[in-house]
Amino acid sequence: MCVTCGCSDDAEAKVSNLQTGTVMTIQPVTETHHHHTHVLPDGKVVTHSHSHEPINETHHHTHVLPDGVTHSHSHDINEVSQIHAKIHGRTISLEHEILGKNNLIAAQNRGWFKGRNILALNLVSSPGSGKTTLLTRTINDLKQQLSLSVIEGDQETTNDAEKIKDTGCKVVQVNTGSGCHLDAAMVEQGLQQLNPPLDSVVMIENVGNLVCPALFDLGEQAKVVILSVTEGEDKPIKYPYMFRASEIMILTKIDLLPYVKFDVQRCIEYAKQVNPQIQIFQVSAQTGIGLDNWYEWLSKKAISH
Amino acid sequence: MHEIGITQNVVAIVAEYANGAKVRRVLLEIGKLSAIMPDAVSFCFDVCSQNTVLEGAILEILQIPGLARCRQCGAEIPLEKPFGVCNCGSKQLDLIAGEELKIKEIEVDEVCV
Ligand SMILES: Nc1nc2c(ncn2[C@@H]2O[C@H](COP(=O)(O)OP(=O)(O)OP(=O)(O)O)[C@@H](O)[C@H]2O)c(=O)[nH]1
Ligand SMILES: [Zn+2]
Ligand SMILES: [Zn+2]
Ligand SMILES: [Zn+2]
Repeated sequence: MCVTCGCSDDAEAKVSNLQTGTVMTIQPVTETHHHHTHVLPDGKVVTHSHSHEPINETHHHTHVLPDGVTHSHSHDINEVSQIHAKIHGRTISLEHEILGKNNLIAAQNRGWFKGRNILALNLVSSPGSGKTTLLTRTINDLKQQLSLSVIEGDQETTNDAEKIKDTGCKVVQVNTGSGCHLDAAMVEQGLQQLNPPLDSVVMIENVGNLVCPALFDLGEQAKVVILSVTEGEDKPIKYPYMFRASEIMILTKIDLLPYVKFDVQRCIEYAKQVNPQIQIFQVSAQTGIGLDNWYEWLSKKAISH
Repeated sequence: MHEIGITQNVVAIVAEYANGAKVRRVLLEIGKLSAIMPDAVSFCFDVCSQNTVLEGAILEILQIPGLARCRQCGAEIPLEKPFGVCNCGSKQLDLIAGEELKIKEIEVDEVCV
């Protein structure tokens, strides 16, 4: 759920009383609009919203013309004769993808990367799972073999970008402000600033959030989801979109396993349930344990993508 | 948050197509596996459409149920979540419906002579 605008919290929020078993749905606050829902025979659900502003009672009717165009009239009940047939509704079929613009820019980014033989990875996770730590360690360990640069996404601050800069690697910060994810246009602008070299690797650290970044294609070759053992093993089934969208999962902070209750096997099962193809690495960015497998994957991917 | 961004996209796209005309109705198609909550979109719609040609328009949302095809046996399976298990035991499912995110149609005012 989104902390920034809280919109979704107004939506299907539910209160469950675990003592009594009662589940209550919190209705969104509606002022002048009122919603209701019908289920169609094929299982589709239609939600209408009606304006309840009591200005004029209007009356709608719709007819389909011979050319297939739907025509609907609306007229004020008091002035039927005058208004009738003056204002008509014309229905336009759009079939327009809502994320079309983002997806178009993402496709351009993908082409841009391809043309320069650049591997771009989108690192996603909840806040604080260890993306920046893993990234700095990876850069320090691999900078002799691989040319790496970074686009850092954060709502505020350049803290993470400063840490990356300390490794000597090129980094550009994108602040999303109230936004809780990077979009393709932000990455496009970031790339112009970053100007990464040919045959290199661009790491994009997304904003810490397991929901929206799954929806926005940035033009990357793969999403890498990072999960730490302090977050609970059920994250993959709680946030299935992100784990489905990712090619690999890095389970990090495994140095903490002796101190936390975290069932690694169960976590892996959950991840595979959501995404049977997902590859999983178990690492600690602190002690370095397990990082070799991730480095090997990254180096191979950089050559063969 | 993503619902507000998505609703802003909807308003911008519809306003462009309406080309100055008043919009009466917007029909969206939102798949049940798209991670977009229709109620949140309806809520944002009232806010985002203020002071635009969409102000006061009726928003209709058609939710498409999730459907997947099993890679192993070819069966079609209805899904509530973006993952599941087929009767044959396979978890290798390809989503074939439920991820839609589209503006299907709009209705605008037209003055006839
Ligand atoms: N014990 C242990 N701590 C770690 C490990 N990796 C990261 N941390 C700690 O976890 C905290 C958060 O790490 P970050 O790398 O900043 O996490 P992040 O995902 O970049 O955070 P955001 O960018 O804010 O989302 C820091 O205190 C790190 O020192 C690890 O492998 N083991
Ligand atoms: Zn970070
Ligand atoms: Zn959001
Ligand atoms: Zn099957």
